[in-house]
Parts: sequence; structure tokens; C-alpha cells
Amino acid sequence: MKGRKPVRALRLGLLAAVLLVVPFADHNNAHVDFLANAGAFVLLALGLNIVVGFAGLLDLGYAAFFAIGSYSYAIFASQQFGLHVPFWIMLFVAAAIAALFGILLGAPTLRLRGDYLAIVTLGFGEIVPQTFLNLAQYTNGPNGIGSLDQPSLFGRPFGFSATPYYYVVLGLIALGIVAARNLQHSRLGRAWMAIREDELAARHMGINATTAKLSAFALGAAFSGVAGVAYAAKLDLVSPDQFGFNVSVLILSMLVLGGMGNVAGVIVGSLVLSFVNSFLLPQASNIAHTAGFTYLDFTNYRFMLYGVILVGMMLLRPAGLLPSAKRRAELEAALTDPALAAHEQTEYEGAHAR
Amino acid sequence: MRAPEPAFFELRNVRCAFGGLVAVDDLSFALEQNSIVALIGPNGAGKSTVFNLITGIYRATSGTVSFGGRSLAKLGTHQIAALGIARTFQNIRLFAFMSALDNVMTGRHARMQASLADSLLHTPRQRREERRVRERARELLRFVGLERSAGDDAHNLSYGSQRRLEIARALASSPTLLLLDEPAAGMNPREKDDLIALVERIRASGVTIVLVEHDMKLVMGLCERVTVLDQGRKIAEGTPAHVRADPRVIEAYLGASDP
Repeated sequence: MKGRKPVRALRLGLLAAVLLVVPFADHNNAHVDFLANAGAFVLLALGLNIVVGFAGLLDLGYAAFFAIGSYSYAIFASQQFGLHVPFWIMLFVAAAIAALFGILLGAPTLRLRGDYLAIVTLGFGEIVPQTFLNLAQYTNGPNGIGSLDQPSLFGRPFGFSATPYYYVVLGLIALGIVAARNLQHSRLGRAWMAIREDELAARHMGINATTAKLSAFALGAAFSGVAGVAYAAKLDLVSPDQFGFNVSVLILSMLVLGGMGNVAGVIVGSLVLSFVNSFLLPQASNIAHTAGFTYLDFTNYRFMLYGVILVGMMLLRPAGLLPSAKRRAELEAALTDPALAAHEQTEYEGAHAR
Repeated sequence: MRAPEPAFFELRNVRCAFGGLVAVDDLSFALEQNSIVALIGPNGAGKSTVFNLITGIYRATSGTVSFGGRSLAKLGTHQIAALGIARTFQNIRLFAFMSALDNVMTGRHARMQASLADSLLHTPRQRREERRVRERARELLRFVGLERSAGDDAHNLSYGSQRRLEIARALASSPTLLLLDEPAAGMNPREKDDLIALVERIRASGVTIVLVEHDMKLVMGLCERVTVLDQGRKIAEGTPAHVRADPRVIEAYLGASDP
């Protein structure tokens, strides 16, 4: 144990150093831009991991909180209402607003689990962008809100380079990782795990399942509120079509790919999918075009590719690229121990009956 | 004149019906502090239902359940646990994919102070508490003889060990009333002997214990008083020897003899 700590610190230091010099070493602004966007999705994945990975609450409408965070910035920091709350304060405000909506969504769904919960969250994910679309007098409907305030640090505006956003997102991710890991190894984190394993037994341990679940929804939503502010400020525009069901599915796919419940896995999963999404597919299309296959546009096959990846994962590494030890044990037990699997099944049905 | 001291724990005229099915009917019994009492009866007599009534999983249709003079009627399961009532389950309900140590630490939840902010920031206070609770959880694992399995996932433990882990997890909350639901089920004779010694040690530490059990040797060896249920009703109550000789008990277990 003792010998491993310095090694780990060294590795972390090296990683941090590499990440910090990337914008200086790589002068291609498109690359830094890609990394900043991917970073926003890392934040989203970290947040969804709290809800789905830690607390076991399947949320199919997570993009709604991303929308709420983004629109918060657009409303409080643009010409739209003449409000100009600074970016740094909006990070906190949007986190709080998103958390509040997390509780609003969580409260009526507390008794639901599994597929029933998924359907309600799915509905919520559809309602929120629709609301922003239809409140046209406040949000400009389908046109969205543009010309958002540029963040500035010590009086220096960020400008149109992606580099400052890259650093902001990097800092937020670092904080997010610490927060997620702290939560995982705490009284609350154990309560989430216990609820995920056996809610009835958890309640007998004195765990208030209601507040534990609501805190998971609220904290998970807060992450996407923060991500939404950073994303909106960088893009300089929010519109309802950025937050559809496909975004919720994309974030959930990042979790499945990387390894649900494991912070490192979730980060790897989100980086891989962002890379495929924003880099690999457009590049592949470019190559195809220059080779004369002008009708080939791989970005249109995005969801087919996700499907292939997910099915492949289910067959080859069902617990994800970097699975949490617990998940892997669960899956293996389910495959090799029919009695345990049957027990889980009755648990599941029992939960539905309640 | 002073009002009589409230009973440590009391069920008074409790009835629990699910539609037309009456699971528990007009059941009354009281527990003295630091006593050890068995609840026995044939399958379907309503023993586990009584436990579920006590911990707030089921609500009494009528009658009262009180603990230290306080009615439990309006409290949720987690609040009842926080008052100091802990239990184990007939069909083991450990957190299967958490380590034995984490299971016991989770059992301490109600007695821990860490708030959401403490959990998020790992404040010095939170770290101190985690250390203390981890240390106590290790002590409890030692107490039930599982110190070597602290890091093992609960589902990897043997059946007897799982039963003992459930007891350690229940004890983690420092309960004053412990409900054991068939703790000896599936144990071999040696494990049963160990269990008897363990329950006696728990009792010696000042905990009041109610035991639902089929194993008569265990019941007769451990308990001062026995309450016998049949079809939701109390049919006998008293010392083990007294109950064993009661013709109604024999009838309930063996069926009525032909006239």
C-alpha cells in the first residue's frame, strides 16, 4: 500500500502535466475544441454515473438537466433579458437550478424502479426540450438563444479560442472526479449501494431511501447543470434540438461502454465515444469523399455504430472497458449462479409489486 | 400515585389483515429489557409477519406496537431502525455485492452523522467518523468470527457465515432490541452451537432478543420465555418446559388426534 502511493501520485502528476500542455503542444484549435467538448461530456457521464452507477436509478432523460443548465446560462447571461450574471457564478447557480429539477423529477418517481422509472425519466427528457421550444416568447423557440456572454477571467475575456474553455472544463472534471470518488466512499455512497442491492434491507439499516435517492438525482443533475453552462458558453448558442433523446442515450452509452459505477471507466467510455462521434466518423467521411465515394457520410451511421459497439460490448466485455469490481462480480454471478440470479429476479419483481 | 413504567416493548391487541386473510389476530405480548424470548409456531403461523409489523414493513390493522412507551404506528422503517430495533431476515438479505466490512459499516448508517456536504468534501469530521466506524465494524466481524472475511463480498461467504454477517450488520447500529428471524436455518450442529454462544454473548452485552426459530433445541437452550403462534393467534406463552407440555401446542404442531 505504502509503496504504491508515490507511484500513483507520479502517474497522476504526469497525466496532469500532459493535459495542461496539450493546447501549447497542439496548435490545431480544432483538436483543443474537440477536447473541450469531449470534456463537457465527461462531466455529464460522471453525473449520470452517480444516478445510474451508484444509486442504480435508470435515467433515460438525463439530457434534460443538460438543457436546464445550458438554458440557465442563456437566460441569465445574455441580451435575452439583459441579465449578465458572470460565468463563474452561473456555474453554481446552474448547478443549484439543475439539482432542484433533479429533486422535482425524483420526488414523484421514488416508488418506481427499473423499467418503470426509465419510462418516466424518458418522458421528462422529452418534456424539457419541448418546453424550451414552446416557450418561444422567452426562449426564441427553435432558433434558440444566441450571443451569450463571454466568460472572462481577471478581466480578460475568453475570446473565440477553445483553449480557455479547455482549461475550465479540465478543472471542472478534476473537481468532478474528486466529488464522485468522495461520494462513492462515504456514508451516502454506501447508502446508495445498499439501496441498489436491496432497498428493503437498506431501510432496515436506518437508511432513508427517499432522501438518499433524491440526493442522487440532485447531485447527478448538478453535474450536468455545470456541464451545460460550460458547453453553452463555449458554443455561444443554445437551442432545443441540442438536448434530444439521442443525447441521453449517448451519455448512457458512455457509461455502458466504459464500465458503470467506475469513475475511471466512465471517463474512458465518454472519451472513446466522443472521439468516435466528433473525430473518427467525420474523418472517415472526408477520406471517403476524397476517394470519390461522395455519397458516403459515416456521420449518418452514428447510431448504427453505437448499436454495434453496445452489442459487441454485451458479448465481449459486458461490464464495460474498465468495469468496477462489483459490477463484474454481479454479472459473473448472474451467469454462473442460477440461484443468485433467481434471487435477484424475485427481488426485482418484489420491488415492482410494491 | 405514579403512572406505571411503560413496558420496554409491547404489542397490544395487534391485528394485521390483508384483505380477507388475517395474518395476525389479537396478539399481545410484552418484553422485559434484556430478556430473550422465542416466537415459535408452525409454518404460516405469522411469526415473520410479527417482525414485519414491528419494523414497519406492515402496518397493524388495529392495536398498538410500542417501544419504550412510544408508538411505532406512524414511523417509517428507517426511523424505527434508528430508535434501536435491528433485525435479521429469514431469507438472508445481505448486500450481496458489498464486502462484509461494508455490509457492517452500512449497518451503522443510522448512528452516523456525516451530512451530504461531509460526504462530498470528506471533511476531517467525516474522515474521523469513517475511521471510527470501520474500526467498530472490524470489531463486530471479530465478535461474530468473521474477521478473516472482512474484504470478501457477502455472496461469496458460506451460508452459516452469511447468517453471522447479518447479525454483525444488525449489531452495528447498537440496537437495544434485536429480532432474529430463523438464525439457525441451514446451519450444521456445530454452527448451531456457535450461534447459541454468540446469542448469549449478545444478550450479555445488554441487548433484548426476540428469536423466531424452528430448532427446538436452540429455543429451549436459549430462551426464558416462549410465545407460540398458530394461524396468527397466540395459543400459549410461558417457560419452555411449560409450553412444551401444553396440549394445544402439541396439537398445533402435530395435528389434532382423532376423538
